Parts: sequence; C-alpha cells; structure tokens
Amino acid sequence: MKIAVSATGKSLDDQVDARLGRVQCFLIVDTETMEFHALDNASINAGGGAGIQTAQMLSEQNVKAVLTGNCGPNAFQVFNAAGIQVIVGVSGVIRTAVEQFKSGAFSQAATPNVAPHSGMKGGGGMGRGRR
Amino acid sequence: MTAANNRRTIAVASGKGGTGKTTISTNLALVLAQQGKSVELLDCDVEEPNCHIFLKPQIHSSKPVNVLYPSVIQDKCTGCGVCAQVCEYSAIVVVKNKVLVFPGLCHSCGGCTLFCPEEALEEVERQVGIVEEGSSSGIHVIQGLLDITELMSAAVINGVKKSAGLSDIVIIDSPPGTSCPVIESVKDADFVLLVTEPTPFGLNDLKLAVGMVRQLGIPFAVAINRCDMGDGEVQRYCDDEHIRIILEIPDDIRIAQAYSRGEMIINVLHEYKGLFVQCLETFFNQKDPGLNTGQDGQ
Repeated sequence: MKIAVSATGKSLDDQVDARLGRVQCFLIVDTETMEFHALDNASINAGGGAGIQTAQMLSEQNVKAVLTGNCGPNAFQVFNAAGIQVIVGVSGVIRTAVEQFKSGAFSQAATPNVAPHSGMKGGGGMGRGRR
Repeated sequence: MTAANNRRTIAVASGKGGTGKTTISTNLALVLAQQGKSVELLDCDVEEPNCHIFLKPQIHSSKPVNVLYPSVIQDKCTGCGVCAQVCEYSAIVVVKNKVLVFPGLCHSCGGCTLFCPEEALEEVERQVGIVEEGSSSGIHVIQGLLDITELMSAAVINGVKKSAGLSDIVIIDSPPGTSCPVIESVKDADFVLLVTEPTPFGLNDLKLAVGMVRQLGIPFAVAINRCDMGDGEVQRYCDDEHIRIILEIPDDIRIAQAYSRGEMIINVLHEYKGLFVQCLETFFNQKDPGLNTGQDGQ
C-alpha cells in the first residue's frame, strides 16, 4: 500500500512533521517494500488553500493513507472525497511511524483535529494583518 | 461611491495595529461636523469595527452584503477539472472526478463558471456580512461587519464604500496592515493619513504602509501618535523620505483614560482640538497637501 507521510527531511530516519499544508515535503512510502521517494510540497508558500492543494496533490499520488500531525477541515474534506485515510497525531521517526501503521497501531481520524490555517507560521491565519 | 464635484475622501490607515486610526478618524470627523461640514465616517475595519464605541451612532438601517460563489450542476459535470485549474485560491477542487467547493475561500471572480466547458457551474449568492448606517453628532456613520468565520473582508468594505456618497467629506477608518482589505479601503481615497507611533515596530510597519500608498500613487502624510515617547527614528525616516508629518498627538495618560471610557478627545480634552483642526487645515488649504507620493517628488 502506498502512503504519504509529512516529513521534516527526505529519508525514513527523519521526523514526521506536524504540519500538512505548510510542510516542506512528503515521503511517499510503499508499506510492503519500504521503498520511498520524497515529494516537495508545492503549496508551502500558497497564499491560501494550502491544505486543499496538498490533499489534492496527494490524491494524485494514489496514496491510500496519510500520516501527519495535524489536519484541518478543508484538507480533511478533500481526503474524504478522495477516499484517503487520514491519521493525525503522528510524531517521531518516520520509519517507526510507518511500522506502527503497518501493525495497525493507528486509527483513522473521524474528524479534523485542528482549525483551518493552523500550520501557518505565527498563527496569523488569513484575513488579518500584513502578508 | 459616486463622484461629486468637491467631495474629498481621506483614508486613515496604518501598517501597525493599535496606533490610533480610530481615535484620529473619529476626532477628525467630529471636528468637521462641529464646523458644520457634511461628513461621512466609513468604518472599514469590518473584522472589528469600533468607531461606534466612540461616536455611539443611532443605527437606522442595516443591509446584507452578499457574494457569489459557484454551485455544481451535478448531471452536467464531467469532473474534467478545468474549474480547479482556473481557481487561484483552491476554492474549487476536483478529486476523483468529484467537485468540491469551499465557499469561504472563493473570491467571486467567476472564472470557474466562465471556463467550465460543460456549463455545469452556476453562481449563487451567500451572505458574508452587513452594512449598517446611522448618525451621530451630525456625522453620517457607515460601518461594515464581517460575519464570524468569513474571510472576504474586501466584499464588506466594498459594500460600505458603495453606501457612501451623500457628503462633501468622507473619512475612512481603514483596517491595519497592508493586505487586500487595506487596499480595498484606501484605493479610491484622495489622500491617506498614515498613523504610526515612534517605536521600532511603528517605523517598520510605517515603511510597509508607505510602500503601499506609493504603489497606489495616492498623496499621503504621516500622523504620529504618542509622539513624545519612543525614539526619534520615525521622524528621521520621514525627514529622509520628504514625508510630511501633519499631526502629532502627545503621550498623555488623560487621552488613554478618555479612550478607555469611550470618550472623544476633542470633547473632553479641549486643548487637543486645535491639533485636529490644524491637521484638517493643512489638508484642505493646500492644493496638494503632502503631501506627496514620495520618491517621484510630486
């Protein structure tokens, strides 16, 4: 099964990043072979809708699940439509997280776990102040 | 706003929040009203309009602000994804041939509907805020209020501006910053008064605001609030850039006390009325009161 993990770096020994729409990159991992490749997140500097664009990009990768820290309502809706399992609250080394996923240690999130725009630096969100 | 012969519009803006935009715009409006001028005050800070706290207007009308967003006609949609490619804001996406619309992110440009090859999108309306009108001490007050959870302040600001147009002088209390809502508030003004404070934060954000008004090509000048505190860097910057400072309000605890009671400075601290009168005279008695657009030396 192909899954996506939000990542702080481009190897299995890097950490799971808590961010989704504003994460630097994803690792696309084949859970059977542990083969993987890194995918840069094109939406990292998007003006808005980063989570939505990220979810759309991952759905085009035909992944079946995404492992991340936080997922907001907009991205969650896109993952749902695409039939992609969302697993939130994941942290630590990516290799370990993938192993835990394979052993069935994680359960699918039923709802988004954070508000929209939570991954923006400074927590400014949209609408307010300078950009 | 419809154009009238002698109407002048002054927008009060600032890069930094909490510098005194509302204090200055309400007091300027009240001075004008007390001079017998016909004046409108537009509270364009639609995320948290607060002019009403000081002017306490009697609200006599309220109307909704509606925006358009796309709705999918399911039996015509083929899931081709053209709409998603057109949308700059990810307000419409196509996943596994299913179209998802995020109305809150839609900027109502109509692009998706225009480009849909199957004519499977239609624009529908939804409310994002209200515009209220009222009067206070001879000032026609118009304020916008963006609904909670909505993002499109510019639509409500536009609604406020459209409701204006009855008076000779329009004062706009703009939101802070330099982003879209600010541009929407100040872009049609004849003049922008940039409020700042003499601190490193005030200076940094003033520079951003100056960059914005120069880009828009609108004459402007600076007001310094709490002018006798902080450092002299704002004054130095204005000198270097040939920007005029046309209003300086001292750091007086009585002003803060009046403010926190929701009172108008010129009503309770009469000695400060002259500052606002003078500021307005500078503006009205000169053909080009700044008053400059900066580097081009206008």
